[in-house]
Order: sequence, then C-alpha cells, then structure tokens
Amino acid sequence: MLTIPRNWREKPQRYMLKGGKCKDCGYTMYPARKVCPKCHSENIEIIDLPREGKILTYTVIYSAPEGFEDFSPYAVAIVELTNGARLMLQIVDTDFNNIEIGKKVSVVFRRLFVEGKAGIIIYGPKAIVED
Amino acid sequence: MRDVAVVGIGITNFGYLWEKSWRDLAVEASLEAIKSSGVDKIDSIYLGNFSGGTFVEQEHMAAILADYLGFLHIPSTRIENACASGGVALRHAYMEVASGMSDVVLVTGVEKMTDVVTSQGVYSLSMAADREYEGYQGVTFPGLFALVAKKYMHDFNATRKQLAAVAVKNHKNASKNPKAQFHNIITIDDVLNASIIADPLGLYDCSPMTDGAASVILMPLEKAKKLSNAAKPIKISGIAQATDTIALAQRNDFVTFQATIEAAKKAYQMAGKSPQDINVAEVHDCFTIAEICAIEDLGFFEKGKGAKATEDGLTEIDGKIPVNPSGGLKGKGHPVGATGIAQIVNLVEQLRGQAKDLQVNNAKVGLAHNLGGSGATVTVTILEVI
Repeated sequence: MLTIPRNWREKPQRYMLKGGKCKDCGYTMYPARKVCPKCHSENIEIIDLPREGKILTYTVIYSAPEGFEDFSPYAVAIVELTNGARLMLQIVDTDFNNIEIGKKVSVVFRRLFVEGKAGIIIYGPKAIVED
Repeated sequence: MRDVAVVGIGITNFGYLWEKSWRDLAVEASLEAIKSSGVDKIDSIYLGNFSGGTFVEQEHMAAILADYLGFLHIPSTRIENACASGGVALRHAYMEVASGMSDVVLVTGVEKMTDVVTSQGVYSLSMAADREYEGYQGVTFPGLFALVAKKYMHDFNATRKQLAAVAVKNHKNASKNPKAQFHNIITIDDVLNASIIADPLGLYDCSPMTDGAASVILMPLEKAKKLSNAAKPIKISGIAQATDTIALAQRNDFVTFQATIEAAKKAYQMAGKSPQDINVAEVHDCFTIAEICAIEDLGFFEKGKGAKATEDGLTEIDGKIPVNPSGGLKGKGHPVGATGIAQIVNLVEQLRGQAKDLQVNNAKVGLAHNLGGSGATVTVTILEVI
C-alpha cells in the first residue's frame, strides 16, 4: 500500500480526465507529458479530454491480480477518444457480448479500487458501450 | 571492439522447486557455467532478475551471488528490465568484454516465483506494465497480450486454434527437454477447452510461474579459442536492444512489436545476416500470441501469416524455421529474469550439436529474442558457429 500523496498527484488525469496537447504538432496524449513523444516539443497544453471514443481492442479478464479479485470477470479496452488520445479503461455496465472493436463508448467516473483494508478509495475513469 | 564468445553454459531444472531458494538456483547455474568453461577466475558478474523484492523480499542480489560463489572484490551488478532482464544483462556483459575492460564475465539470470501465491505473483508481474495507467485499471499481463490477440484475430481472421498450435508445439518440444517444467503433451482441444484467463487466451496460452536459473560465461573469442579444456566457443555475432512505449495503448499498431523490429534490424546488420540465414530461433513466447507476433516481426514470416504458418508446422523442429525447440517459455517454463539467458544456453547446445532429441539439423546460426513487459524492451542476439 502506498501513500495518499501518490494518488493525490494523479488527480488531474484520474479525477478530471486532463490530458495534453502539443501546441507544435497537435499530438494529443493521456496523461499529459513534459515532452511531446512525436516531435520533442516542450510546448504542451493541458486540456480536458473528450468523454467519447471508440474501442480499438478489448479483453475480459478472469484471472485478476491482488485487489481486483472481487471485480472478476471484468472487461478492459484500449479506447481512442474523439481527439485521438488513447487510454486503457475498464468497460462497465455493459454486457460482455456487446463489446466489440469499433464500438462507441463514453467515459464515466467510477471507483477503481480500495488500497488495502484501511487504505483510501481510488476513483478514476472507466467506459460504457453506447450502442 | 573485440569479438566475444560464449564459452561456458549452465542451467537448472525449471519448475516449482520448493526445495531450492533463489540463491541455490543462481549458484547452481553459475557453477555449472564456470566449470564447463574451464576458467579459474571471473572478472565481473551480471545478474538478470526481475523482481526479487516482491517475489522473495530480496534486493541487492548481485552481491549475494558473488559472495556465495566465493568471488568477492569483483564488480557484480543486477540488471532489471522486466522479462528482458536476462537479455539486457547479456548485452552489458558483451559490452564489457568487447570493450576490453574484462576478459571473463559471468552472466546469470534467476527468478524464484513460487514463494508467493498466484494472485501475488500476477500482481508482481503487473509491475512490468505502466503502474499508474494500466495496473490501476486492473490489467494483467495475460490481459495485455489478450488485447494484442483480440486485435490480431480481428485484423487477420486468425483463430484460437491457430494460436493453440504454438502451445501444442512447445509442449511437444518441452516433453523431450529434461530441464523443462512441463513434460506433458497437449492437444489443440486441451488448449481450447482450458479455463479462460483473459479472453481469448486460456490457461494453455500462457507461460507458467517458474523457478529457475541459467548462466553463461563470456570471453574474447581469440582468448576463448586458446582455452584447453573448455567446450567449443560460440560467437555472439550480433546483439541489440530496443525500446517501445511502456503502455500498450500508446502504440500505433498493437500487433507489431516495434522494439522487436528495431532490435532485430540492428542485430542482423551487426552479424551480417538476414532472417533467411537463421537455422534455429528461441523466441519470447510468454503467450501464444507473442510467439506469432515475434516470428513475424523477426522477419521469418509476413505480418498476419505467422498464425497460419505455425498451424502448418513451419516452426516445428524439422520445419522451415524451427522456433523454440527447447519448449520455449510455454513448455520449458518462464523464470522471468532467467529466460533471456536460458535461451542462449539452449542455442549454444543447438550450435554445438548437443541438443540431443531436440537437435535441429545442421544448426550453424541461432537467434534469441527476449521481450520485456508488453514489448517495451526487446533484445535480439545472434549466435554463430565459428
């Protein structure tokens, strides 16, 4: 179990879905970085990421790591948001049979997990299939 | 730079080795390598290990290895690059010998994975992915490679049955490898009917938790030739390492491992070889899909054709390009930090013609492919008979 500041530092991206956009080449990223991985510019703007995207690939995990046993089985997808930023998200409130590559999703705010028996409850983004 | 050769090799049994600690394993493999090389002194040690801290609550392992081998006062360095720790350790040892800094370098890889329960082990392994942006979503390593497999099957109309052919082949090969974790032959139906770990990957699509260690001794080629009582030196003619994004989501293409392509390109160039020149390959089949992507990215088959090629038997020991005759990570076992060195040990046996029931006919040039995380670190090494 790690300390509270570790999660606190992640608040912009985890609680507010902040990302980055390179002002020089236009590349969008999650999370924001100091240096653009495409053009090495340090001219990065913090932006609100769109809440809509599509599934690029997905899986349903049955064998869970410590801390996620209670959620198993759960779906996870790589989602591309409408501005091109990509991120890994759990897919929730969706029948597994309704998850397909190319399907539209919207990003929602959910509980990720609890750090140990007396740890903090960590929240963050997950996704729901729209159609 | 001096030419570098492998002179000694050592490898322990792979499996659930309750009776042996990580240090027993590392010392056993190291001693075997030292004795088989005919050298009486070591100038430097590299230890490939992924996560001693979480698997056995021990860091600073390289010093323990030097201490327990009775080689105090020489440099001993642990290298960690996830599942590529062994391959990266080898590259550092290579550079130390090639540069002229040292003449005799021991490289050992070790992992002791069965002192923790499976969910803890899965958690430890997930630290090789991006903790904040993959681990926090509950993504496991089977999960990451399942994301690759799902996309591969979608893009190339590949089937679970074709993926299963990797596991069937590697179990068959492992059944003839006395050091392997598994000696049971499995069928396509066994793979397809096994419990699902992360859709579409089932239990038999995944490499196991394994204890084990492997070692090699590197020396300058010219000095190795003069050793009187050593086994035949095998030249390292190409060795390269490359890096990709830590997070799978940040890649342009989820079914092509760019670090494999880049490392292979450099290693082929350094060795003056092309994919057609390779007689035998040990590739990083941590999951069935990983072997299929590897044999494409290494240039043995076109992208999208690897699954069918495996199903058609082209990667069998007597096939067009024998892949993982040792049984690979799937059949031989995958003690994470040891894997990259075990591959070299297996290839040296092949190139010396000592691979017994697993021998590939006329093997003169071998390739090892060691991959860390979901492909963020890759090493490719080309070995050659001189």
